[in-house]
Amino acid sequence: MYSDKVMENFKNPKNTGEIPDADGVGTVGNPVCGDMMTMYIKVKDDRIADIKFKTFGCGAAIATSSMTTEMAKGKTLEEALKISRQDVATELNGLPPVKMHCSNLAADALHAAIKDYYQKQQASKEVKK
Amino acid sequence: MAATKIINMDYGAGKPTDKRAIDAMIPYMNRMYGNPSSLHSMGQEAKNALHQARKQVSELINAERAETIIFTSSATESNNLAIKGTVNRNKDRGTKIVTSSVEHMSVVNPIKYLTTKGFESAFVPVNSYGEIDLNTLEKELNERTILVTVVFANGEIGTIEPIKEISKIVHEKNAILHVDATAAAGQIPIDVQDLGIDLMTLSSNDMYGPKGVGALYVKDGLRIEPLIHGGGQEKGLRSGTENIPGIVGFGKAAEIAKQEMQVHQQKLTKLRDRFIEGLLGQLPYTFLNGHPTKRLPDNVSVRYSFIEGESMLLSLEMSGVLVSSGSACASKTLEPSHVLLATGLKHEEAHGSIMFTLGRDSKIEDIEYVIGLMPTIINRLRDMSPLTPKEIKNVLR
Repeated sequence: MYSDKVMENFKNPKNTGEIPDADGVGTVGNPVCGDMMTMYIKVKDDRIADIKFKTFGCGAAIATSSMTTEMAKGKTLEEALKISRQDVATELNGLPPVKMHCSNLAADALHAAIKDYYQKQQASKEVKK
Repeated sequence: MAATKIINMDYGAGKPTDKRAIDAMIPYMNRMYGNPSSLHSMGQEAKNALHQARKQVSELINAERAETIIFTSSATESNNLAIKGTVNRNKDRGTKIVTSSVEHMSVVNPIKYLTTKGFESAFVPVNSYGEIDLNTLEKELNERTILVTVVFANGEIGTIEPIKEISKIVHEKNAILHVDATAAAGQIPIDVQDLGIDLMTLSSNDMYGPKGVGALYVKDGLRIEPLIHGGGQEKGLRSGTENIPGIVGFGKAAEIAKQEMQVHQQKLTKLRDRFIEGLLGQLPYTFLNGHPTKRLPDNVSVRYSFIEGESMLLSLEMSGVLVSSGSACASKTLEPSHVLLATGLKHEEAHGSIMFTLGRDSKIEDIEYVIGLMPTIINRLRDMSPLTPKEIKNVLR
């Protein structure tokens, strides 16, 4: 059902875990639907210096989480915001059609973490003012 | 992680055909290829084989006569024939169909279809073990009710329904009782006369016969309408030249199932109970789906909190173990199993279910091997899950 690359990312996912002092955190999905993921990012000089994830879900959910973190690592925030669900699926040599919507949420979680980072930055600037 | 050997724990999805059944079938594919409708000797040979198989299947369920067995192409066809055939025949008497919330899709969908054709339906709830609520069943039966259709034992959670009590309630209200015994027949004793069953679905492959054959028991004297019209085979209830090799294999499988039932039932029940005990005692937040004792001998359905079924399935397959999952992600729809939800589980609980179905070839070593694999698999996935509470993780270490 899955490509070898999906299975490889499911077997040996990269960047699992939490970053306790993360600069941005994004959670998408819902356990009711069967898929939920949280992405943690550490930002340095406008680049993603470190990234980790926690995922509840199927093989595709775990594999896309792993792949997204690999794709985002070292990129500028602007570049990382451009990573789409389709890009992640392509990088994994495709996903079964039924998985494209329900389990391919990792890019959204990444975007949510970046937005969270921007909001925190905004908030701290306002405090400084 | 390369898998060395495959351990099938998904016999519910498909079973090997018993070698003795295959041996019985082969002559009917080469030498004895006659059509039972032919009057000459070759036709009579096929006709005799058909009768013999009918007798073998009828004896498995203690039916009144061999002629009560109608051969079909599958359990799905048998369920369709029983439901549509009964309500179409009796629509002058009433329009209501009563069923349970733990039925197979081949019961659910024909009923849903019939509700678009003027029939009404009621889905009786079950308790947390999956047992049909008899009080609600009784309340749903009224003068319009013509058919009650319930599963003998659910193949997903293994729970065996109180068929005798259901039969009593149904017949007091003069309705007809159809029972879907696909998963149960051949595994546990079923006596249609003693239980008071009017129609019953049987599947060949589920009792180690070939695929592509099913049967419907139709009680003597009960009249239903066919789905397939044509040359009038199978008492006019299922036209089309009979699948003689398949039917012969089914007959042989039914005979073997009857002869060897006690041995397999005892062996599987022992394996099942060791499996359940091994899994439930192993990790926190592990639960059994279905009834602990009123349960099919081959079924072990468990759920693990905080993780999802398909990722367990894939992890087990990486170690050579084939299983099935109750989660949405392993199915064609996005909903988890309606059977698990009917037992009162929340969506996220149902998603964490995994189903092992044992077979005649299952061994205690296989069971112990799988029990041994589970902590690593479950802990890895729980470790990755944002839902796992921190205190659990410390326990897992």
